[in-house]
Amino acid sequence: MHQLLQQIFSGLAAGAVYASLALALVMIYRATDLVNFAQGDMAMFSTYIAWTLVNAGLPFWAAFVITLAVSFVGGMLIERIVIRPVENAPILTAVVVTIGLLLIFNATAGWIYSYTLQEFPSPFPDRPLFGALMTTRDVGVIAVTLVMLVALFCFFRFTATGLAMRAAAQNPESARLCGVRVGRMLALGWGFAAAIGAVAGIMVAPVLFLDPNMMAGVLLYAFTAALLGGITSPVGAVVGGLIVGVTENLVGTYLIASQLKLTVALILIILVLVLKPNGLFGTAVVRRV
Amino acid sequence: MAATLRADATAKLGMETRSVTSVGVWRWLGSAVLIAVAIVLPFTLSKYHVFQLTQVMIYAIAVLGLNILTGYNGQISLGHGGFFAAGAYTAAILMHRYGVPYWATLVPAALVCFVLGVLFGLPALRFEGPYLALVTLAMAVAMPQLLKYFDTWTGGQQGITLVKPTPPPELGLDRDRWLYFFVLVVLLVAMRLAANLLNGRTGRAFVAIRDHPIAAAAMGINTARYKTLAFGTSTLFTGVAGALAAIVIGFVAPESFTLFLSLSFLIGSAVGGLATIGGAIIGGFFIEFVPNFANDISDAAPWAIYGLTMLLFMYVMPRGVIGTIGPWLAHTMQRFGSARRAAK
Amino acid sequence: MAAILDLRMVKAFYGQSEVLHGIDLVVEEAGMTVLLGANGAGKTTTLRAICGMVRSEGEILFGEHRLERCTTEQIAGFGVAHVPEGRGTFIGLTVEENLRIGGYTAGRPDEKMQLMYGYFPILAQRRRQQAGALSGGEQQMLAIARALMMSPRLLVLDEPSFGLAPRVVEAIFGIVERIKREQRVSVLLVEQNASLALEMADRAYLLETGYVVTSGSAKALADDPQIRRSYLGY
Repeated sequence: MHQLLQQIFSGLAAGAVYASLALALVMIYRATDLVNFAQGDMAMFSTYIAWTLVNAGLPFWAAFVITLAVSFVGGMLIERIVIRPVENAPILTAVVVTIGLLLIFNATAGWIYSYTLQEFPSPFPDRPLFGALMTTRDVGVIAVTLVMLVALFCFFRFTATGLAMRAAAQNPESARLCGVRVGRMLALGWGFAAAIGAVAGIMVAPVLFLDPNMMAGVLLYAFTAALLGGITSPVGAVVGGLIVGVTENLVGTYLIASQLKLTVALILIILVLVLKPNGLFGTAVVRRV
Repeated sequence: MAATLRADATAKLGMETRSVTSVGVWRWLGSAVLIAVAIVLPFTLSKYHVFQLTQVMIYAIAVLGLNILTGYNGQISLGHGGFFAAGAYTAAILMHRYGVPYWATLVPAALVCFVLGVLFGLPALRFEGPYLALVTLAMAVAMPQLLKYFDTWTGGQQGITLVKPTPPPELGLDRDRWLYFFVLVVLLVAMRLAANLLNGRTGRAFVAIRDHPIAAAAMGINTARYKTLAFGTSTLFTGVAGALAAIVIGFVAPESFTLFLSLSFLIGSAVGGLATIGGAIIGGFFIEFVPNFANDISDAAPWAIYGLTMLLFMYVMPRGVIGTIGPWLAHTMQRFGSARRAAK
Repeated sequence: MAAILDLRMVKAFYGQSEVLHGIDLVVEEAGMTVLLGANGAGKTTTLRAICGMVRSEGEILFGEHRLERCTTEQIAGFGVAHVPEGRGTFIGLTVEENLRIGGYTAGRPDEKMQLMYGYFPILAQRRRQQAGALSGGEQQMLAIARALMMSPRLLVLDEPSFGLAPRVVEAIFGIVERIKREQRVSVLLVEQNASLALEMADRAYLLETGYVVTSGSAKALADDPQIRRSYLGY
């Protein structure tokens, strides 16, 4: 029983990371109808930036904040420069653009920082809590994610810009008629997504060790989580992330060794999707004929 | 007034049929030239280049499979690398364990992959868009792991090494060139079959389902059947390509069939032109040569160059090479045809 | 009377096809102009051309602004509030949020929301409900209120009576007229319900396949029996 709870808790911590990246994916999907395959590697690159700042002597949280700001701006620029040219092109064209972006970030990181694994500092000491039920690090990761989610919720619920972003994502034409600069809202969406991804990367790097391919598995789980929750639902992304995290951990501990863990987890989730093809919280697209 | 209108219309129709025929003539001529070049080329190039071109054709068949499913039928697949692997391993196991001659493995590989595709396509009916992408992605991710797991059949991590085929002595060709022609024949057959399928009733049903599934169903098209058929046909093509790869390379291992292969097919498809047949060949060229070209340009970060090249192609030709050039060419030829007639 | 909106030789294109062939149209300051015509005549296209939603040529003058090269958002910022065909409600947002987004560019949202609740009391009752749950008539009122939150100088309405029961239509038109008087907003109206529209309007234009076939004072069009019978069906 004790082990089960332990695994559930560490699964929740991993799940918090998946939830964050899943939220970034959902945010971009809602705004631009596009799955951003580069989200993981953008987050990885942001984590390298944080690593560079920390190595230069900055205190952790200062590096954290600066990295978030830089990632935000970077995300906006990417939307403007890389994605805007294909916003009216067929979806697969835009998908290929994000794949290209993925390769560029991955290769550039490898070129600047090499492919050796690096240690990444965690602001939370790794001490057991509550009789080894969980660690302070896990609690820290969950806490940071929670704070971020609450901040995002307040932003989107209570500010004018948040409302404008939601409106622009839902109905861009009507939003334009109300004077909302939809293009700018899209860029902001990408900025937020990039910053959220950076948080995910920084939280997971102490565990996975930093290297250019660090986020590949995380992206896969985050993609799964986003779809499990419903690709259009932010709440779904968070819930999905937690479920995926716990499932992955439990499957790995009780069912099967690490090689097939990913396959089994994926299959389980797909079975859920067979029952609910639009995800747990997703809404079916109502098409008028 | 009605009489002159009718005469006008008939005249216009007459002109149009004639200009369509002239486009047809150009197209026939173009294909003949390309085939002639393809036949002569291997005798002018080194063995390594011939091998590369053979790879291009194998990728082209695989991408053609993906075009059928994603381009013409609108079902996205991130998992075609897995079906490629299935075809490759089917051929490899038949040759290695049962001594089946290489040319006889193509049909079984095709059948196995067709069945696999249909089995996949049935549950895939429930999914659309990103959800379907995930389900197919699972296939791509699972395949290498399953291949390593069932190692008694697949040789596990080490894979299977095969004896490369010997060319028939009467033709006096060396192995690389013989395999080139072998694959070329399969490619031409594949393209003909695809053209027949896609230009006929089935193809029209595919496209109708892609563009407006509800209207298609309302017109009496059995969308479930056609979508499943599209899946099976698509994986059949890609599976045959996989079998050819096993034959030509002489080696199969799980590492050759990663998610990146599936993504490469998608990239080739988009670059060549999703709902085209000729685009598959352009896609094959892209997948085979651009990574090498990127390596020549930048030793340090070749994949970054590959990514940049992809972006460039997508910005300049968002519908792919054939998708962009094709309509432009047809339009220009029609205008050329009617301008000539007007000058007379 | 000064014109607040003046279209001169406006052509509009969907892709390569020209669908409006040189429209001239005027909306007077604090007046109401109605655009009539059968389906496919180009009425909605004209409105979309004004708001930069479709490729166009010609001159579109709005007060001191030239609208031809402006984006939809800029035009909204100048004070043109367009209630599109189908209302364009943000069905995923609440009634109150719909109003707020209407007031995104102009200021003083809370004050203006109170004003809107005054004109449309039913919206006050449903302020926290999802806009998608409202009835057709309520959504139309919400759409008009949302447009008015912009404190516009010109209100552009595309078939506000569409799909609504006659009593609801009368109520809505009554409110529109009241608003026009009290807020001194000019109105450009596209309507299928010709008789009601002609009663309220000052000027009328009749469109047919992209051309203006008749124009004049609304009263003149309403009184002309030939026009009424051939084009307006009554």
